[in-house]
Amino acid sequence: MIPAQFSYRRAASVSEALDLAAEYGEDAKFLAGGHSLLPLMKLRLALPEVIIDIGRLRDLSYITDGGDHIAVGALTRHHDLEHSELLARELPLLAHTAGQVGDPQIRHRGTIGGSLAHGDPASDLPAVVLALDATLVARGPAGEREIPSGEFFDSLFETALQPGELLTEIRIPKPPVRGWSFQKFTKRAIDWAIVGVAVQGNAVGLVNMGETPLRATAAERALASGAGLTEAAALAAEGAHPSADINASREYREHLARVLVGRALEEAATRA
Amino acid sequence: MDGDRTGVLGTRVLRIEDQRLLTVGGTYVDDLDIPELAGAARVTFVRSPLAHALVTAVDASAARGEPGVIAVLTGEDAPPLPDEPLAEPLLAGERVRFVGEPVAMVITDGQYRGEDAAELVSVDYEPLPAVASLDDALADETLLFPATGSNVAGAAGAEDSTGDALFEGCEVVVGATIVNQRVAPVPLEVRGAAATWADDRLTMWASTQNSQLARFAVAGTLGLPPDAVRIITPDVGGGFGAKIAVDREHLAVAWATRHLGRPLRWSETRSENMVAMTHGRAQRQEITIGGTRDGKILAYRFDFVQDSGAYPRAGFLPSLTRLMTSGAYLIPRVECSYKFVLTSTTPIAAYRGAGRPEATAAVERAVDLFAAGIGMDPAEVRRLNVVPPDRFPYTTPTGATYDTGDYAVALDKVLAAAGYGELRAEQAARRERGDRVQLGLGLATYVEITAGDGGGESGRIDIHEDGTATVFTGSSAHGQGHATAWSMLVQEELGIAMGDVTVVHGDTDIIPTGIGTFGSRSLQLGGAAVHKAAGEVKEQARGLAAELAGVTEQDMEFDPRLGVWRVHGESGTDLEWGKIAGAAGPDGLTADVMFTAASPTFPFGAHLAVVEVDTETGKVTLVRHVTVDDAGVLVNPLLAEGQRHGGIAQGAAQALLEEVVYDADGNPLTGTLADYAIITATELPSFELVDSQTPTGINPLGVKGIGEAGTIGSTPAVQNAVVDAVAHLGVRHIDMPTTPQRVWAAIREAANTKAMDTKAEAAR
Amino acid sequence: MKVELTVNGELVAADVEDRMLLVHYLRDVAGLTATNVGCDTTSCGACTVLLDGESVKSCTLLAAQADGASVITVEGLADADGTLHPVQQAFREQHGLQCGFCTPGMVMAIVSLLRENPHPTEEQVRSGLEGNLCRCTGYHNIVKAALAVGRLSGQESTAAENGSAL
Repeated sequence: MIPAQFSYRRAASVSEALDLAAEYGEDAKFLAGGHSLLPLMKLRLALPEVIIDIGRLRDLSYITDGGDHIAVGALTRHHDLEHSELLARELPLLAHTAGQVGDPQIRHRGTIGGSLAHGDPASDLPAVVLALDATLVARGPAGEREIPSGEFFDSLFETALQPGELLTEIRIPKPPVRGWSFQKFTKRAIDWAIVGVAVQGNAVGLVNMGETPLRATAAERALASGAGLTEAAALAAEGAHPSADINASREYREHLARVLVGRALEEAATRA
Repeated sequence: MDGDRTGVLGTRVLRIEDQRLLTVGGTYVDDLDIPELAGAARVTFVRSPLAHALVTAVDASAARGEPGVIAVLTGEDAPPLPDEPLAEPLLAGERVRFVGEPVAMVITDGQYRGEDAAELVSVDYEPLPAVASLDDALADETLLFPATGSNVAGAAGAEDSTGDALFEGCEVVVGATIVNQRVAPVPLEVRGAAATWADDRLTMWASTQNSQLARFAVAGTLGLPPDAVRIITPDVGGGFGAKIAVDREHLAVAWATRHLGRPLRWSETRSENMVAMTHGRAQRQEITIGGTRDGKILAYRFDFVQDSGAYPRAGFLPSLTRLMTSGAYLIPRVECSYKFVLTSTTPIAAYRGAGRPEATAAVERAVDLFAAGIGMDPAEVRRLNVVPPDRFPYTTPTGATYDTGDYAVALDKVLAAAGYGELRAEQAARRERGDRVQLGLGLATYVEITAGDGGGESGRIDIHEDGTATVFTGSSAHGQGHATAWSMLVQEELGIAMGDVTVVHGDTDIIPTGIGTFGSRSLQLGGAAVHKAAGEVKEQARGLAAELAGVTEQDMEFDPRLGVWRVHGESGTDLEWGKIAGAAGPDGLTADVMFTAASPTFPFGAHLAVVEVDTETGKVTLVRHVTVDDAGVLVNPLLAEGQRHGGIAQGAAQALLEEVVYDADGNPLTGTLADYAIITATELPSFELVDSQTPTGINPLGVKGIGEAGTIGSTPAVQNAVVDAVAHLGVRHIDMPTTPQRVWAAIREAANTKAMDTKAEAAR
Repeated sequence: MKVELTVNGELVAADVEDRMLLVHYLRDVAGLTATNVGCDTTSCGACTVLLDGESVKSCTLLAAQADGASVITVEGLADADGTLHPVQQAFREQHGLQCGFCTPGMVMAIVSLLRENPHPTEEQVRSGLEGNLCRCTGYHNIVKAALAVGRLSGQESTAAENGSAL
């Protein structure tokens, strides 16, 4: 299968990418690693007229220590996150989870920014940036703005990014509580999570438990008010509206969320 | 001088196929870069998006107007249907009967344009109710072929039923309705073909398991004599039964090639393959088994409904299932009946095992249900009931005659190799502790039928004047390593080194007679034919050698170690093969034979699967798989083990992961490899294979088939293991695939039942 | 657009459609047909090649994205004298292939895996192959082949793997 016809434009700089985006408007799509967009284009579920390849913007691929936070360039590949010593030390949750995305080949191409901007609730990294209270930095015609991760995921495959806006950096505060865990429940290793849970301290992010990645706020509130792990885990699916598909009914997803949040909180506690 | 060339049989010879496959890759049909296909146009099929509908109009004008579009052909252009009530058209006429059914074909200059143009073909449909399930089909409210009056396309056995009388004298009778789910074969290479029309002949390159059968199908469709059709089979990237002969798309490509008078090539996408290549299995089974409390099985009833999909391609499947009803067991009273019904889904046909895995899965679940019913270890129940060695040849109540075997020994070997007692102790300890992760042990003792088609196979050997040999075989390899095995047979028999043997298959101009590869028939028929041809070559050579040496035939002796003839006891009289071939007449030194066996063979074995089940999530992990797969004498253990490995994985995948799912409107929900869960290396352990070789007397090599055995044994072993892991929680059965959700639901349901029972008891 | 690649050490250049996938560039433009297409959804790994030394699925990459890069396919692994790459050799010795269709992608995935982790455990090999499907071998002998190479001490990566000329 091959994509429908489109024009390919390669951006040599962020400003050129933004110019191209402004020029083509809603007909254009940014292409980073391409591992979210190209599969949809091959199935002709996405039909952009113009592809703006931002894959060569090497200056958007970095992981740096900003003192109180870690800054990750949007075009940093999953593979580089997975093998970053800085992340292993400061944000092991992100490094570990990046190593769970897709398969090795996909991790050689896929980028954190592409994954977040795609806004797929079944992706692993969105729930992680939620649990890490990250800030997403976007650049557009009107300049740069910061979007808290909690306000980034709007609805299914929709994010707060405006047309013509490019996600450039993910800023992640160094977590005050060290304990972390990522629980990905799949039929096969290669599959998207049926349910996934990212825990950093008392923050709990959920994968594939609704139209967007989300926080398990009821469980978090319980933890904050001193509830035990088991008690908090029992509230993991409160407020979530997971969908049903061939892998899981809604009820099963809710059950898995409770089980996995329980396991994640326990594991995080051992790492605190 | 070379060393001894005999004794190669039974050794682990590395494959001669591999150098090429590993360095430049195989030449699969889509890789063909040959002058005949220069400038070939590309075929893209337009397929039905609806499960059941009337086709009211096809408008191809937009597509025809696109640059690069050569033609758009529809059902109106296609040749008329044969006069059969359930005939399958090349392109749909007035009605479509499954999602994916070909409706039109777009011929373009290049693949990319084909996909674009296919989207521009506008088809008007008048939707009809889908017949998406067996119950929909049996209700006969919506008919897929209204003229026939019913969706039931075949049935057998019901008239012989004795009802409850079958279970007279049984102390315990248990039963269940279980599903042997629909699965997709998914060879890594999808279907493809290329064809040319020249000099009133059609040549087609096709990815098929049987070029000769394909030739008859193509000739029949085109109304040509068979010798006006040539089928060439390049490398084939897996078949698993779903590439037996050819499908309607191949026939449509052949027809369009002749119709347009220009070379065409076609290669489907995986998304097309998932809905348009035939599927396998798809039975709903009712099993009832009864016997005594001390473990003797007395009676077994097996009634099933075979889903045929939209067209009845697989009438042989339920009859094979019925034939193998009682499995490896000596059960005094056995009855089996089936119905074969049409549904608005992808047609069902052969898939690795083809009819036998379904029978085995049913009886192996039945035996486990019986064991659970009387509280006896399932290994012990099997030992008590397998056909004992002194009963061979053994004819079953449904008419199969098992040739040779020792089923109890196979079982005991597996139990010993696995450390069954220790595993049971570990299981008991985990149950005692109430561990979250429980252990399950699952057994299957199976027997299956190979080369059950009753046909023979061709084999020809030519000896050349340079001392090399060429083998022409009707057997058709698609991964099994025929070239290696056939060369070994020649080396053993004729003393010609494997490296000097070329094996040719899959070109009907060169090998017009043959049947091909399915049903684990190749070595025992095609290999035996090569063996027989070698024997005939030797007989001819004796005469030629005697003439050359000026002695009588009785004075000549053959030294297979060196591949030379000599006058008995006289050194210095050595005559090598090349010299003898040079002395042959104009036809050369050659033997062309057909080998037909007197009966099928019956490989057997035992599998033990060990699984861990996370009782909170329902997730199953296969941690060990130990097997005996006795297929008689092994020509090359390396190849035989490879067949077992692949079979085990495929069978385990059916038990654990794979299922083609349709919604109530007949829409496939598993139409890509992202949704249809092929098992990966990550989900499997390394397998533990135990050796066992019980020769058969049915063919001169003493061999049975090994291609499907692994699949047949592993599916029920893994399924039984999953049920066993949670049996102590009150679970009796879990349908395949035993996905996390299914296992979780079964555990929960058992807990609810227990709770209600406790409540009811308390209320009393 | 014009796409220029170094494929197995040789420069290949062609004007192609913007939408052409890398796998089709390799097969139809460079004429290297060992790399196969087995699915539409980045699932099967049959199209795996090395792009600048790392495994990628060439069906999920535009040729244009790879413009200027170095690609190694299975055709570029063996030495010029026909000596097999250790992974190819191990596949042969361990009977790691049957129909051969997944093999080129599987071999390239393992070459990449062993470059990143030269001495993997069985579990690491198995999880490293999560993106490559095989329907024939049950993976048993593929895993054995990868482990066999991993056990060979002091294995140096070859020039071909590093993306340089042969």
